[in-house]
Amino acid sequence: MSKMVNLKINGIDVSVEAGTTILEAAEKLKIKIPVLCYHKDLCIAGNCRVCVVEVVGSRKLVAACATPVNEGLEILTNSLLVRNARKDIIELLLSEHNADCTKCYRNGNCELQDLAAEYKITNQDFIDLAHGTYTIDDLSPSIVKDDSRCIRCQRCVRTCTELQSVGALSVAHKGSEMKISTFFDRNIREVVCTNCGQCVIHCPTGALVEKTYIERVWDAIADPTKHVVVQTATAVRIGLGEELELDAGSRVTGKMVSALKRLGFDSVLDTDFTADLTIMEEGTELLHRLKANLVEGDTSEPLPLTTSCSPGWVKFFEHTFPDMLDHMSTCKSPQQMFGALAKTYFAKKIEVDPENMVSVSIMPCTAKKYEADRPEMRDSGQKDVDYVLTTRELAVMIKQAGIQFSDLPEEKYDSIMGQSTGAAVIFGATGGVMEAALRTAYEIVTGREVPFENLNITPVRGLEGVREASVKIENVLPDWKFLEGAELKCCVAHGLANARKVMEKVQNKEVEYHFIEIMACPGGCLGGGGQPIPTNDEIRKKRMDAIYEEDANMTLRKSHENPEVVQIYKEFLGEPLGKESHKLLHTEYFERQRY
Amino acid sequence: MGKNMLKRIDLIFKNEHDTDEILSKIFKRSNDDLINDLIGSGLKGRGGAGFPTGLKWKLTSEAKDDEKYVICNADEGEPGTFKDREILTQVPHKVLTGMAVCGRIIGAKKGFIYLRGEYNFLKPHLNEEIDKFHAILKKLGSDFRIEIFSGSGAYICGEESSLMESMEGKRGEPRNKPPFPTEKGYLGKPTVINNVETLAHAWTIFKYGPKKFRDLGVQDSRGSKLFSVSGDTPIAGIYELELGMSLQDFVDDFGDDDCKAVQVGGAAGFCVPRKKFRETAIGYQGKLTGISLPTGGSMMLFNSSRSMYNVLKNYLEFFEEESCGQCTPCRVGCQQLLEGIEAVKRGEKHQHYLNKLLRLSETMKMTAKCGLGQSVANSFSSIVENFREEMIY
Ligand SMILES: Cc1cc2nc3c(=O)[nH]c(=O)nc-3n(C[C@H](O)[C@H](O)[C@H](O)COP(=O)(O)O)c2cc1C
Ligand code: SF4
Ligand code: SF4
Ligand code: SF4
Ligand code: SF4
Ligand code: FES
Repeated sequence: MSKMVNLKINGIDVSVEAGTTILEAAEKLKIKIPVLCYHKDLCIAGNCRVCVVEVVGSRKLVAACATPVNEGLEILTNSLLVRNARKDIIELLLSEHNADCTKCYRNGNCELQDLAAEYKITNQDFIDLAHGTYTIDDLSPSIVKDDSRCIRCQRCVRTCTELQSVGALSVAHKGSEMKISTFFDRNIREVVCTNCGQCVIHCPTGALVEKTYIERVWDAIADPTKHVVVQTATAVRIGLGEELELDAGSRVTGKMVSALKRLGFDSVLDTDFTADLTIMEEGTELLHRLKANLVEGDTSEPLPLTTSCSPGWVKFFEHTFPDMLDHMSTCKSPQQMFGALAKTYFAKKIEVDPENMVSVSIMPCTAKKYEADRPEMRDSGQKDVDYVLTTRELAVMIKQAGIQFSDLPEEKYDSIMGQSTGAAVIFGATGGVMEAALRTAYEIVTGREVPFENLNITPVRGLEGVREASVKIENVLPDWKFLEGAELKCCVAHGLANARKVMEKVQNKEVEYHFIEIMACPGGCLGGGGQPIPTNDEIRKKRMDAIYEEDANMTLRKSHENPEVVQIYKEFLGEPLGKESHKLLHTEYFERQRY
Repeated sequence: MGKNMLKRIDLIFKNEHDTDEILSKIFKRSNDDLINDLIGSGLKGRGGAGFPTGLKWKLTSEAKDDEKYVICNADEGEPGTFKDREILTQVPHKVLTGMAVCGRIIGAKKGFIYLRGEYNFLKPHLNEEIDKFHAILKKLGSDFRIEIFSGSGAYICGEESSLMESMEGKRGEPRNKPPFPTEKGYLGKPTVINNVETLAHAWTIFKYGPKKFRDLGVQDSRGSKLFSVSGDTPIAGIYELELGMSLQDFVDDFGDDDCKAVQVGGAAGFCVPRKKFRETAIGYQGKLTGISLPTGGSMMLFNSSRSMYNVLKNYLEFFEEESCGQCTPCRVGCQQLLEGIEAVKRGEKHQHYLNKLLRLSETMKMTAKCGLGQSVANSFSSIVENFREEMIY
């Protein structure tokens, strides 16, 4: 154990490990110190200075987030000196801020607004500096950047650099001109940005928000000539509650379905259905590649195979590893598979002209907005997914409609394309696709269930950035003789910085994996850029527990057992990787520039 | 004026070139012995903060790490100051010697001169000197090596931690302290960073012993220092003077008989009005009236023709532009101070608004992340308080 340090905060004794910051020590005493640039996910910046506290006996205030404790320190977090300074700092921030909250997307969930409210900054004597010429960049299909709302805390820069290793955002200029910028100040849509939205959920203010399509969806719903289909991704059902005053980790699937029906969507369906389908396609692709590489010596579709369901990851891959594009599974993401099937298979089933169908998806993700806009994603003949809303946007619609969410009854998804299994549910957590794929692939090859208790493949679960697992394949069915005794080597990574590490190792041939699951967002989709704000590891953990609970509670927990999946292959698709699948469910990738 | 009341010191620029001899003597002595000399001399950093140099080297020598660095801070960003440039032009070997001895003491194999971008023209000459110096070191069996790093041109890069960030290829933004460079400096390794002049003084101390240095100056402010004298003076230039002098003596010596104020220590320093010349001594914070001299001893004299409002406005414009912009009190505070005095001058804000600005400058002093933002209050409050009417009318 490391050395303990004793100090006093507001007269109360506390003993903490050496190296702890004043902020963490105060947290231990449940003393709240306001912060803005601090975020648990990120390295310490210490630039906003709202967390300043008084060290008794010193004439300077120190930043609690950035200052380690010392033996015998006496800290005051609410002295007159501290309060006056803190007020000055908040007032300064507001003086350079375009603070017309009523016109701001983050109105009601903004850390700066909260602080201003807490400190009752009503008389603003400082000169208004917010009238400069700020730019609003709303050309990206996913992200809107409004510099006039920026407090320069650099959380976004640290997010994009540290968590994501993308580096699309950086600090430009100095002094009063200092701002958050991109490569040559280009629009976000023109740079390496992956649209992951992690900067959005780490931004304390309205300076980075998702591009919203709420009004277009309302318009579609109101249009009597349109049949509006909605699909909901798995992570939405364990996140949505947080935006609607429920605790983190609340499972609200039934209530959400009920709310969607009340909002007026004509068909309420489940992305989890296509998640199961993804497993069929991708699992088959994996087995196909194993056979080609190991038996036939055909390396044209090389190993390892990497997952492709995270569009932020896909774009990152296209920018960063253009030489390795053939490692990526050709499977579309569940959203896009769903979109392509909605306007073909489903439209035919319910006898709606696809031209009159509007396909909406509710995603924990901002990159999915961009993905739906990719020109390849029109295999149904139309735009496969018309509008993508985040979990947060759905919550806004629910509130606008005056729905008392917590009082709603539980309802079931419509059919067909509304049924799913536990394997699809766990797609929402990092490691989930891997686990779902293993549950199915192992059974295809051996005819037996994966050798893990209750189908829970725990080695691939958790929040560790990179996790490895291997599964020994024994007593295979006759068709799969070549896999007898083989060790399937898997790797799971989440957050693009971890993804980069893993892929660099693959590139340098330092590792030999067969299958790699990558999710762009820390924690996987449950921590996606479209999820409720705040998101941090504590909350991710709760959402993750909810996901595995949901899985454990399902009767069907393996994708290949989803009856609607069986049905669609029989009626429409034929077989996994078959001709129709190929046309509707698979896609291709392109090299992209590196700035 | 020009009464030569103050003794001119000639240590730094003294023409002596016995580097071989001095180094070989030094290298025969123990590290403890050398550090004791440095501590005993009372030398404090000449780059601004005035940290005792001997203690800095001692702390770094005690830090446990295989890799350590010595950096000579030659960023000299203070407008109108060029004493470090003169040292590097006239007596670079003294600075190199200071660095090598520091390297020996702390256990560093590598030293860098962080050279202000505008001083790139010095590079050929400096590199020549470095080559010669490396040859001497080689003869003495030392593999210490010195390299020049060209600065980025921003004033803030003279601040030690942002200097290191910029050397690491990152944006020049000050770091959180602690940890200090003595623990985690360049590349996260224990690092001594000293001003050019500080290192040159080390030569004097090692060559002549601590006493010669210590006998100059007064308590808490030992030795001599280079001053860049400018403004309303008939004899602008660089002078080596004893620390501890009274400002009155200084003005008598350098002023034009009409001096109404002296800005001690440049934009980050204090403005002293005529009525306080007598009670003000020039030296480090201590028992004396105590005025710190951030970045390098600039002394600017103003006679009665000068508008102190304009003087302050210039300083604030400088800070508003040179702030790295990362921390709130400094980035926004500088803008508010500048626009605030303009608004008062134009009559758009009541003169009481100056009090709010004074309080703001105090907040900046207490809460800004680095020395730049913390020191804006020095000139601001000393000018506003002493020349309040000039701010208003
Ligand atoms: C804004 C700012 C600018 C600075 N610029 C310089 C500079 O140009 N040269 C310098 O030697 N020190 C400068 N310093 C001081 C350095 O941070 C550091 O204290 C000094 O290099 C240490 O050397 P010393 O102990 O020999 O003085 C500056 C400090 C601040 C806050
Ligand atoms: S960012 Fe926050 S404080 Fe600023 S306008 Fe928006 S809601 Fe208000
Ligand atoms: S969306 Fe993701 S990649 Fe794009 S700027 Fe934000 S954090 Fe970076
Ligand atoms: S965009 Fe948001 S996260 Fe980035 S610096 Fe501005 S306020 Fe902070
Ligand atoms: S005080 Fe000024 S220069 Fe220093 S870190 Fe803050 S903004 Fe940057
Ligand atoms: S929260 Fe500590 S400086 Fe911003």
